[in-house]
Amino acid sequence: MFENLKIMYHQGKQYIPDVTSVEVPGIFRGRPVITSAPADEVFLRDLCPTNAISLAPFSIDLGKCTFCGECARAFPDKIRFTKEYKISTNIRERLVIREGDINTIEVDSTRVRKEIHSFFGGSLKLRQVSAGGDNSVEWELNACSNVNFDMGRFGIEFVASPRHADGIVITGPITVNMAEALQITYDAIPEPKIIILAGTDAISGGIFLDSPAIDRRFLDTHKPDLYIPGNPVHPLTFINGVLGLIRKRK
Amino acid sequence: MNYLSIKNHQSVPVDTIPESEYHSFLIGNIKLMEGNVDRHCVNYFGMRDGKDIRLFCCVADDSAHTIMLTSCRVDAKSNLESFSALNLNFEKFEREIHENFGISYSNHPWLKPVRYSTSRSDAGSGMMTYPFFGIDSEELHEVGVGPVHAGVIEPGHFRFICNGEQILHLEIQLGYQHRGVEQLFLEKKKLLQRATLAENIAGDSVIGHTTAFSYLWESLAGLEVSDDVLFARTLAQEIERTAIHTGDLSAICTDIAYQLGSSVFGRLRTPVINYFQEWCGNRLSKSLIRPGRTPYPYTEYLAGRLIEVFDAFEPDFDEMIEQTLKLPSVLSRLERTGVLTYQQVLEIGTVGMSARMHSLERDIRTSHPYGLYPLLDHNPIVKHHGDVHSRARIRREEVKQSISYLRSLVTKIPNETHYDPTAISNMPLKPDTFALSMTEGWRGEICHVAITDSRGELALYKIKDPSFHNWLALALSVRNNEISDFPICNKSFDLSYCGHDL
Repeated sequence: MFENLKIMYHQGKQYIPDVTSVEVPGIFRGRPVITSAPADEVFLRDLCPTNAISLAPFSIDLGKCTFCGECARAFPDKIRFTKEYKISTNIRERLVIREGDINTIEVDSTRVRKEIHSFFGGSLKLRQVSAGGDNSVEWELNACSNVNFDMGRFGIEFVASPRHADGIVITGPITVNMAEALQITYDAIPEPKIIILAGTDAISGGIFLDSPAIDRRFLDTHKPDLYIPGNPVHPLTFINGVLGLIRKRK
Repeated sequence: MNYLSIKNHQSVPVDTIPESEYHSFLIGNIKLMEGNVDRHCVNYFGMRDGKDIRLFCCVADDSAHTIMLTSCRVDAKSNLESFSALNLNFEKFEREIHENFGISYSNHPWLKPVRYSTSRSDAGSGMMTYPFFGIDSEELHEVGVGPVHAGVIEPGHFRFICNGEQILHLEIQLGYQHRGVEQLFLEKKKLLQRATLAENIAGDSVIGHTTAFSYLWESLAGLEVSDDVLFARTLAQEIERTAIHTGDLSAICTDIAYQLGSSVFGRLRTPVINYFQEWCGNRLSKSLIRPGRTPYPYTEYLAGRLIEVFDAFEPDFDEMIEQTLKLPSVLSRLERTGVLTYQQVLEIGTVGMSARMHSLERDIRTSHPYGLYPLLDHNPIVKHHGDVHSRARIRREEVKQSISYLRSLVTKIPNETHYDPTAISNMPLKPDTFALSMTEGWRGEICHVAITDSRGELALYKIKDPSFHNWLALALSVRNNEISDFPICNKSFDLSYCGHDL
């Protein structure tokens, strides 16, 4: 008992006081900025492993980007990854960054279903389903609930049963072998419910897009409410993204 | 039977690998391993070659530091005698060959599907038709768990046969995570795409798998990398080991409802993976390891930060682990739970921690050393009880060992070399060549094999995560345990679903 208290004393306060404004350490690659500097754009398009870079106009799609940073290393004057981790949105097109885009990526609250604010504004229980996820996003989603990030303070939690959940968080590119289980889990969640795609693989299929082992038809019939880019998603990206979705902007 | 001996990370012309007739191939390989605990099968797979299937068997000899290669050509419609009936190490490899090519085995003990890969020979089978072992008893009942589990983890299905609370039998069905990684390695031609695939094989073993891929590619391209690359890989592997082991200790505490341990180990993992972010911009170290080069130079500043991070980490870790492994309420859950005997460990041919938990010293860092490990004079940590407690204590000691390696590594940072990523990406691979690469990830032995065709294109890419061996160990370890102890057994092995399903 005293040993436990001693450890608690030594640990002190570990939580991040403000997860909406804290600066992340190191050289985190978040929202990129593209300048008008000249660069071999065709080379950059061909360099990208997941075809996230398009020409005319030159752009990077964060739904496809693996955040490997190779493009920024090849042409540092053209592309720079900032440490901005707030890159989640409910509008897929907002993930496409063009030359000169410097604004924060946000949830468009006018296009959020009304019941999301009224039902889930103060509390949101989520059921996660890994459908070919490589366990990196899964580790980071677990980290959201640890004592550092402490997502529970906002009433956002992962739950075991889909019956207790208000929404589903999908990770991974959605494999053929997991497609049915994903549908069953989604169907088991009571209405109203939300769908969150977490990570590059979930949003676009990532590097696995062309594989015959992938079946993304679930997304043809179900519209996601939130896209959270990252490879894997950073816990701060996840928490801020979900808060942006469920809370009304004042 | 003739065999060809190679070293780890070596490449040889495919036609130098001796080909034998099936019966002598079978008996020869069984004889190679018989009664020798230093030898085990690191990979056994098939490859289409015209109308035939060519089988390649790779048996590692840990004391001689070599890998013995043999091969055999068989017809896809053949019905063969199985290796597994004589040596259980081959159990899953033969199931995989059966699933992919339709080769049948007359005396395989357990010829079940492995992962329902898209290229399977029996396209009519599927996840919902898995042939579970059944019971016909009034007293016993079955419990099905998954594929979607209670926590935020990957999918797999566990089918228990229980007598009351006691588990009599567990069967594990995997394959939900199958993404066709091996096939994509052949289809994606750009080096950066392949490196991206390698780091997505198992996102919790990014360093282990990308390092294995990188050595393999360099061997095929005939590229010698300089010390700064070897340094970065060795350092990163030990940081990854520290981070994941700490996270696993947290999860073990969670599963026995020891809240303090769960919270403290959980938060101790944060500065370690944040250190990866300081180094390469990604908490799980994606983008850090690339074939032929190191994209993120290691600086004196980073070395200083590493010392700071671990100076703060170690006292907290020591205090917490000492308290955890001293509490009677913790020990009563860990000791004698999920036990495997030495005999079982040998029979299954487990690798990594799942071998070292019970007196079996299997560690690629000493048996087939690479990178800077020869300089570190690594001594594997071995325990002798094969229970959850042994697996927890291995993690404790490996964390301490890895930190001591990190501290010694950063005292001598090699000079930075300049690399041309485009030139490296365009390097051709040797034609008609076989290459094998093994690394010791935090779970254990990772083995990648590649074979190129006459144009130097990849004709085969074979990935073996340590979990491929070790899932059977989990299934056997829970027998006669209470079903409530399953989560902690599972967590103490912490096997990979996506690394297995590919």
